[in-house]
Amino acid sequence: MSRFRPTGVWGFILRRLLLGIVVLILVSILVFLATQALPGDPARAILGREANPASLAALRRQLHLDQPVFQQYLTWVTGLLHGNLGRSLEAQEPVSTLIGSKLVNSAVLVALAAVLSIPLSIAIGAWSAFKREKAFDQASSNLLLALAALPEFVVALVLVILFATTVFHVLPAISTVPPGSRPWNNWVALILPVLTLMIAVAPYVARIMRASMIEVLESDYVEMARLKGLPERTVLIRHALPNALGPVFQVIALNLAYLAGGIIVVEFVFNYSGIGGAITEAVVNHDLPVIQALAMLIAALYVVLNLLADVATILVTPKLRTRL
Amino acid sequence: MSAAEPAGQTAGPAVSAVAVQDLRIATESTGTPVISEVSFEIARGEIFGVVGESGSGKTTVGLALLGHARRGLRIAGGTVQLGDRDILTLDEDQLRRLRGSLVSYVPQDPASSLNPALRIGTQLREVIEAHGNQPDSGVAERVAEMMREVALPDDRAFLKRYPHELSGGQQQRVGLAMAFANRPRLIVLDEPTTGLDVTTQAHVLSTVRELATLHDVAALYVSHDLAVVATLAERVAVMYAGRVVEIGGAEELFTSAGHPYTRRLVGAIPRLTGGRSLVGIPGHAVSPGRRPPGCSFAPRCTLRIDQCETAMPPLLPVGPGHAVRCIRAEIVLSEAQSRVGDPIDMPAADAAERLPLRLTDVVASYGQNEILHSVSLSLAAHECLALVGESGSGKTTIARAIAGLHRNWTGTIALDGTELPRAARQRSSETRRQIQYIFQNPYGSLNPRQTIGQIVGQPLRVFGTAKGREADRRIADMLERVSLTAAYARRYPDQLSGGERQRVAIARALVCDPTVLICDEVTSALDVSVQAAIVELLGSLQRDLGLSMLFITHNLPLVRSIAQRVAVLSQGNVVELGDTAQVLTDPQQPYTRQLLADTPSLETATSEAMETATSETGASEPPADLAGA
Amino acid sequence: MSQLSSDWVADAQIAPPLPAVHGTSLLRRSLKLWRTRIGLALVGFIVLVAIIGPYLAPYGPNTPVGAPNSDPSSKAVLGTDYLGQDVLSRVLYGGRSILVMAVLATALALVAGVAIGLVAAYSRNALDDTLMRGMDVLMALPSILLALVAVAIVGPHAWVIVVAIALTTTPRIARVARGAAQPIVERDFIAASEAMGVPRWRILSGELLPNTLGPLMVEASLRLTYSIALIAALAYLGLSPNPNGANWGTMINQNQLVLAVQPWGAATPIIVIALLTLGTGLIGDGIARTAAGIDRARGEE
Repeated sequence: MSRFRPTGVWGFILRRLLLGIVVLILVSILVFLATQALPGDPARAILGREANPASLAALRRQLHLDQPVFQQYLTWVTGLLHGNLGRSLEAQEPVSTLIGSKLVNSAVLVALAAVLSIPLSIAIGAWSAFKREKAFDQASSNLLLALAALPEFVVALVLVILFATTVFHVLPAISTVPPGSRPWNNWVALILPVLTLMIAVAPYVARIMRASMIEVLESDYVEMARLKGLPERTVLIRHALPNALGPVFQVIALNLAYLAGGIIVVEFVFNYSGIGGAITEAVVNHDLPVIQALAMLIAALYVVLNLLADVATILVTPKLRTRL
Repeated sequence: MSAAEPAGQTAGPAVSAVAVQDLRIATESTGTPVISEVSFEIARGEIFGVVGESGSGKTTVGLALLGHARRGLRIAGGTVQLGDRDILTLDEDQLRRLRGSLVSYVPQDPASSLNPALRIGTQLREVIEAHGNQPDSGVAERVAEMMREVALPDDRAFLKRYPHELSGGQQQRVGLAMAFANRPRLIVLDEPTTGLDVTTQAHVLSTVRELATLHDVAALYVSHDLAVVATLAERVAVMYAGRVVEIGGAEELFTSAGHPYTRRLVGAIPRLTGGRSLVGIPGHAVSPGRRPPGCSFAPRCTLRIDQCETAMPPLLPVGPGHAVRCIRAEIVLSEAQSRVGDPIDMPAADAAERLPLRLTDVVASYGQNEILHSVSLSLAAHECLALVGESGSGKTTIARAIAGLHRNWTGTIALDGTELPRAARQRSSETRRQIQYIFQNPYGSLNPRQTIGQIVGQPLRVFGTAKGREADRRIADMLERVSLTAAYARRYPDQLSGGERQRVAIARALVCDPTVLICDEVTSALDVSVQAAIVELLGSLQRDLGLSMLFITHNLPLVRSIAQRVAVLSQGNVVELGDTAQVLTDPQQPYTRQLLADTPSLETATSEAMETATSETGASEPPADLAGA
Repeated sequence: MSQLSSDWVADAQIAPPLPAVHGTSLLRRSLKLWRTRIGLALVGFIVLVAIIGPYLAPYGPNTPVGAPNSDPSSKAVLGTDYLGQDVLSRVLYGGRSILVMAVLATALALVAGVAIGLVAAYSRNALDDTLMRGMDVLMALPSILLALVAVAIVGPHAWVIVVAIALTTTPRIARVARGAAQPIVERDFIAASEAMGVPRWRILSGELLPNTLGPLMVEASLRLTYSIALIAALAYLGLSPNPNGANWGTMINQNQLVLAVQPWGAATPIIVIALLTLGTGLIGDGIARTAAGIDRARGEE
């Protein structure tokens, strides 16, 4: 039963990639079925009360609803792969133009949040582990627990109440990015949304880092390193840290993927013009092509992030490399 | 100065490399003593053994010689004199400089003590660099030299490997290389050969001896394996419940010890020569904080008197270089250590009856790899057949295939003449009842969420053998049989010791009257004294109930105490099969001969072999029974 | 016979039994921690408010009581909202639907997720792979997105929200269940049952499940927290079964714009949701710490 099975790190990447593609295909089928192929008439659902025979017919033609389901699916997928994300029903524009700048806006938010929170969380987690059960650890653990439990929009609004509207008045409560300008033109408006996203991600990364670091610090090889008389700094940085980071990458990937959903709410709170707002609008307007395109984009992001996390874990864990 | 002199001091001009005086270690949170009143000296170039079972504190003592205490413990008092300094007074920085250069440590599990993310070359280099003994240019050459000393390749390709790319024996040698790298004055070895197979163990031990002699290094060898300690150490300290109970020359301790515990421990060691029943020690050692006042061993000691339980006996000399912590030491010493258990009367296997178990041409695989290459075996009625082999020899695979837990095999396995289907689920209820299995790990073979009663009663439920009150009666019966009381039925596995759990596993296996019992390394995870008790129990049950038993182990001497025939397995082949006494005294195959030669035994280390021979001819009289025991 | 040889003496008479580290259920033990108690108190209080709130409310949820956005007064203790309705009453009415939907969704997901996770862990073969790939597909979309898409297609009905959230929670629970079950599956007592021929479903429910309860309980409280947050977020975005009725999430949305003028309209539901999620978070953490403590005690034997 031995089939061709590429090995080594590249082989691993290849296999993961193929797996990711399979997952994406399945997701696309799921999304498509959910949106277009459900029993009932999508056209009617979209037009709602404004349905009259003429507009229904026009919509059906536009959505290719007169073709067999499988055909519709293929049309859509080939379109996606060619960069044609469909045409927004509401705005009657190609989806790609519609969301182009919004994608950039959202990417800025997520990137800032990630770049700021991840190193900070790793540091907090590592330090908490090192000074286990002492004051810093107790305080940070409890704070992070509280922050993790709160929903993002609650955190966002609490920040707004604290800093914008009620307690202090130092930051803007709204962070609209006018069309044509860039988010960094008004960076003060970015502070609260980015802070909210950071708070959404930091507790999890810090917690896994702490747990991983504790396990590593109690391991036999760290004890051995100390018994060899190595300076404490070498023990922490050369022996402990690389081994502790392994599980952390998965959690980071998971959380970044989570942020792709988190921005939906956060952008709404701050009226930020990103893809989160675009999705919410599309949902309210039953704008199928936009929904489908954005869902696929986000799913693709999730797959890519997971792949990167897997590769990073492999790189830090030599033991796993030989099993490939 | 304490009343008891460190009696282990050798007379003569040898300068001691390390002198421990009155060491005390306690838990950090509650201050409960874990180690108390430990004193001994080690001379340069001497190998000093510390022997004890789990919970005795021997590892803790070893670590204290580096000024280190594990999490939750702290060194509470005493001195550890290394040369002219008491290392317990040093600060962190000074201790750091000392570790790895003046005193080094060889850990028990080499696989987990090497950093899996660093190449071994890096890990070797850093121990040299950390202590600044070499200019940078000399480090590479030094590392190569270290590797040669432990008989490992010294080329750069090998040094680039990661720990998991090395075998267990190689990993341990890297550990040894790191320990000897800076020419320390003292090396603490913490059971470094546990988990290695016998041949590798023999190599590692000889390497240790060589290097110690070569560099005139004092060594502390901590172990639970008396046979190993006997071959390696000149003087030994025996630890029990955190104290040294006896200290003296190795040969003396193993032939005529002064402490009842040492005597019992020696009696519990399996012997290669002469089929003798093993004598275990009932009960188990209690953890710190629950130790009784007075002598800690008293609850388990057959010689105890009231005075033993009121005050802790001091460590007193009973001879030159020999001290014992027991008020009845004279009585103990007056008896010759010939009591190694009565010879077993093993019934001859009944050849007339149909073979309960027969394997023919069994070829088993794991995935693509073939593990067993055409194995044929048979088990006669009422017989105990031992299956001996190193790890990877395939002995567990055979066992699991017979039990229906391993399905990837061809050939035939026949129970009472009937061929068995591969998977347990495909077999009839009756078949499953007749073949019972006892696992190696007592901590994993019992469901932690069930009571002992539920666990032992499971086969009764599954096979429908008994219900309700009848079932309860049988469970209680079985528990008594394995020397637990019926009250155990209400307890949970967490509350039992390793030995007790293994008894429960035995009870579970036997409650349904099986015909074939498979014991898969059932004592490997237990202390020597507990092991002896379990083997004794199994042996007597097998004889009483007329079971046909397949006893799997890697411990050769153990076989002598329980099995009539033995099959030696090597890499998936049966290389030798025959009568136990025959195979172990006069092996035919080179593999078996090598195995026997590599197995450390008490007999070769001491002169017990001769003594046993004389006692068997009736030369020594059993001593009179002393009153007031 | 020598006094040193042994007449067999039962272990039982010599060794005192160790105290039971197990036997009392995990939940009960976790109540010893102050954090579990606080969490339970918070959750209990809010749940009480949500359930009997409507009977305590001074006004109906849609009764105009005064001028819109007026400050707290003797008539309206927390002031009025953007339509002049009593904030306090709306808060008292506004929790039921969120709670009921969240609990239902989590319960559904628990049943499905645990079943899938345990079966996957136990089968250790192609079935395991297939199931987990299926879970991966469901997890590829962030929870809120899945819920949004579902609501977009079918409409913001209660059952849609419950099913959507159950669908997105199931794979996460399945992952945790599988992770918790895998080390158990390796243990010999499972093999012992297999050798006895115990049927698979019995092993799953009778031996695997009871031994994974610890991590499962922690995960369940975590998921409940998320479900509550998600449903409130959906309501905040304008997608709730009854947009006109009182709903904490909807209230926040409706009163967000006037935060500077009358904070209580939005702040009160915010505080209430925060307390609820903090409570469930604390309970989960309490259980996790208790389980870790038990493991540690066991390991020290």
